[in-house]
Amino acid sequence: MNTWAINLAGMAVMALIVWWFWLSRSKAQHFSGAGPIEIIVDNGVYTPARIEVPAGQPVTLRFVRKDPSPCAEKALFDSLEVSADLPVGKPVDVTVTPPVPGEYEFTCQMRMYRGTLVAR
Amino acid sequence: MSVSPPENTTRLSISGMTCAGCVSTVENALKNVPGVTESAVNFAEHTATVRGSVDAKVLVAAITASGYSAAELRGAEDESEKEAAELSYYRSLLRKFIVAAVVGFPLMLAEPFGLMPMLDTDSGRVFWLVIGAVTLGVLVYAGGHFFRGAWKSFRAHNANMDTLIALGTGAAWVYSMLVVLFPDMVPSLARHAYFEAAAVIIALINLGQALEMRARGKTSEAIKRLIGLQPKTARVVRDGKETDIPISEVGLDETIRVRPGEKIPVDGVIIEGHSSVDESMLTGEPMPVEKKTGDDVTGGTFNKSGSFLFQAKRIGADTALARIIEMVRRAQSTKPAIGRLADRISAVFVPVVLIIAVLTFLAWFNFGPEPKLSYMLVATMTVLIIACPCALGLATPISIMVGVGKAAEYGILIRNGEALQQAGKLTTIVLDKTGTVTEGRPAVTTLVPAAGWDETKLLTVAASIEAGSEHPLAEAIVSAAQARQIKSSSASDFQAITGHGVSATVEGKKVYFGNARLMAQHNVELGNLVTRAEELAARAQTPMFLAVDGFVAGIVAVADPIKPDSKSAIARLHAIGLKVVMITGDNRATAEAVAREVGIDEVMAEVLPGDKADKVTALQQRGEIVGMVGDGINDAPALAQADVGFAIGTGTDIAIESADVALMRGSLHGVADAIAISLATVRNIKQNLFGAFVYNVLGIPVAAGALFPFTGLLLNPVIAGAAMAMSSVTVVSNANRLRWFKSGATRT
Ligand SMILES: [Cu+2]
Repeated sequence: MNTWAINLAGMAVMALIVWWFWLSRSKAQHFSGAGPIEIIVDNGVYTPARIEVPAGQPVTLRFVRKDPSPCAEKALFDSLEVSADLPVGKPVDVTVTPPVPGEYEFTCQMRMYRGTLVAR
Repeated sequence: MSVSPPENTTRLSISGMTCAGCVSTVENALKNVPGVTESAVNFAEHTATVRGSVDAKVLVAAITASGYSAAELRGAEDESEKEAAELSYYRSLLRKFIVAAVVGFPLMLAEPFGLMPMLDTDSGRVFWLVIGAVTLGVLVYAGGHFFRGAWKSFRAHNANMDTLIALGTGAAWVYSMLVVLFPDMVPSLARHAYFEAAAVIIALINLGQALEMRARGKTSEAIKRLIGLQPKTARVVRDGKETDIPISEVGLDETIRVRPGEKIPVDGVIIEGHSSVDESMLTGEPMPVEKKTGDDVTGGTFNKSGSFLFQAKRIGADTALARIIEMVRRAQSTKPAIGRLADRISAVFVPVVLIIAVLTFLAWFNFGPEPKLSYMLVATMTVLIIACPCALGLATPISIMVGVGKAAEYGILIRNGEALQQAGKLTTIVLDKTGTVTEGRPAVTTLVPAAGWDETKLLTVAASIEAGSEHPLAEAIVSAAQARQIKSSSASDFQAITGHGVSATVEGKKVYFGNARLMAQHNVELGNLVTRAEELAARAQTPMFLAVDGFVAGIVAVADPIKPDSKSAIARLHAIGLKVVMITGDNRATAEAVAREVGIDEVMAEVLPGDKADKVTALQQRGEIVGMVGDGINDAPALAQADVGFAIGTGTDIAIESADVALMRGSLHGVADAIAISLATVRNIKQNLFGAFVYNVLGIPVAAGALFPFTGLLLNPVIAGAAMAMSSVTVVSNANRLRWFKSGATRT
């Protein structure tokens, strides 16, 4: 009885992991079009990490890096061939233009920090 | 009354411009700002140069209002600020390490000696309760950032190294606290607290990150060196007075004085004086270059002998040095295809590890021996700690950073990680003859006087006729005469005979100068000079006959000399296993003579400039991976068509930004060096990736207890923590080995 319960709980936890990290998505923040979107770089995450933007239009993201660990020192948009150095505490504007609708990931060098531009 | 800032030049980087239409919008926005006297937007560079008495902030605001964004560009960079921030972070990591170590290590050492009170007694429980509270303090102070990061990334549906560390150490603490508070819940054999493991793991990870930062500092040496080349001040001449001003205040077209032993502050053109300039810091070319009025000088290079005045032509972020720094920076953060594979893996890595951890937990629960609960915890915790993907994530970027930086030290600018990887895969190198294998400037190579003549007399007459000609060969003859300090006489009745040569009257005598056909036309007997001419032609020289008053005076042979180190560089390319092809518009005989001289495998002669790209395509269709080396101007389409385009000798040119690889020195050794660095870097990345994968692939099963059924061995979580901390240190140190890369070139 006890054995069953624990095993079932373990399975449930695994299912939850799969669901939470792969299947579900956090809600994307809409980009209204006025002014840059501020992205805080701290504690291993970009906040917000999922941003909805119109496709084919330039978007300016203002990165504000608070985390001094070297991991956070760059923001790379691999598929858009854009990269930026982020000094601690100094906001850096990065303008990108997602050409077609789709998801564009941006990350730190080591992929600890991960964010997505959702172009529509 | 408001005080307006003085008239100056501001440079802005503009983002968001996607078409030429945007350029006029931005330009108008700038022109409408009060105080702006002149503005120019460069679409290719996404920059604007604005003159006028206006603050940069106002300009940025105006551009923002027009729907784009902008930031001020400054030439001299402040690296010290960044370094100070890094140092303080390094110190905070060390402090965290010390605090966690002071708590964790004594506990860990005391344990085997039975110095710790048992949990069975009341006093023992109180003791452990206090230890638990102290450990909690350690976790909050020294490990708080892992927990905050884990929670935040969890909420963003993301998992990373913080997640693993927080779960591992958190589980250890919670379990230990349960044991202390409710010992009856836990079978007596499993009644063991793991506070010390949590504290020591946190200590080791902080130490590992501190060591990693130390090692990382060295990886960016190349860029620091380049930034260090930028002088801080310039001595400008304003209203006849010389003053030292900060480099950022130098304006375009200003006159600047450079004295011997000083660095040249910005790019410009010498307007007075001459000197020899050491450009090796930028080009890798060891020989100083003589500079006189009208010659270009490059900021960051070193003035050796004379004092001169020059006019600033490129300032701030426009200078060659600033562009090089920017290009190296950009290239350092791009990744080649092998690196992107690791990225894809590390993106799903942590959730996979979490699942493995749960499976481990269940496996021990179902099949493990007693004390089950302890084993379950230890194995799960060890899996979480050892599986940290940090080394995997570091493997590629850190090697690229060192490799691209190393190349820059050799005067080789690599555009991105992809070009770096491709350069190591090339099978064929196509060399453009003129300016690549050869100097690209014809020179007089041989003088053969006929009976009754000598070399000086021969050259005097030849130079006298050619003084009026604009043919490139004429220039070679005139400068050869100048080099021998020959004064030419004046020529009259100059006449160019197309396809044959020239004729003129020198000192009252009728002179013909040209090929054998011209001599035949005027019935000049050439005698044994014909065979000499044939010999010269076979050695890629162009012989020209000189006839005075109907009698031959001798041969002046002109050739585009082969660069002294072309032969040894081509031998190096062969040694790497590449096929070397030469492409040229010249006639086949000359081309083959050059090819024989330097050891080229295949010659494509008499190729029109526009057809070079097609030749590259043809090679690619044969299955070759082609590197094309050219001087970057007329070879542009072929450079673009090749798998890797090497632009040679364009260090101070804008062309550096369009080539995959730009060689600032005119030597072919740069190509061999670039390929060697590429091979070394790719090998280094593979070592790193292999190390990181093996570490996880072997580490995880061992941590989960794969060896336990056979040896009864279970990995200690503290050792897992130490191994995890060392894995990224190892990767960074391995990448640092690239700094010791040595080129195979024999320096002349
Ligand atoms: Cu990291």
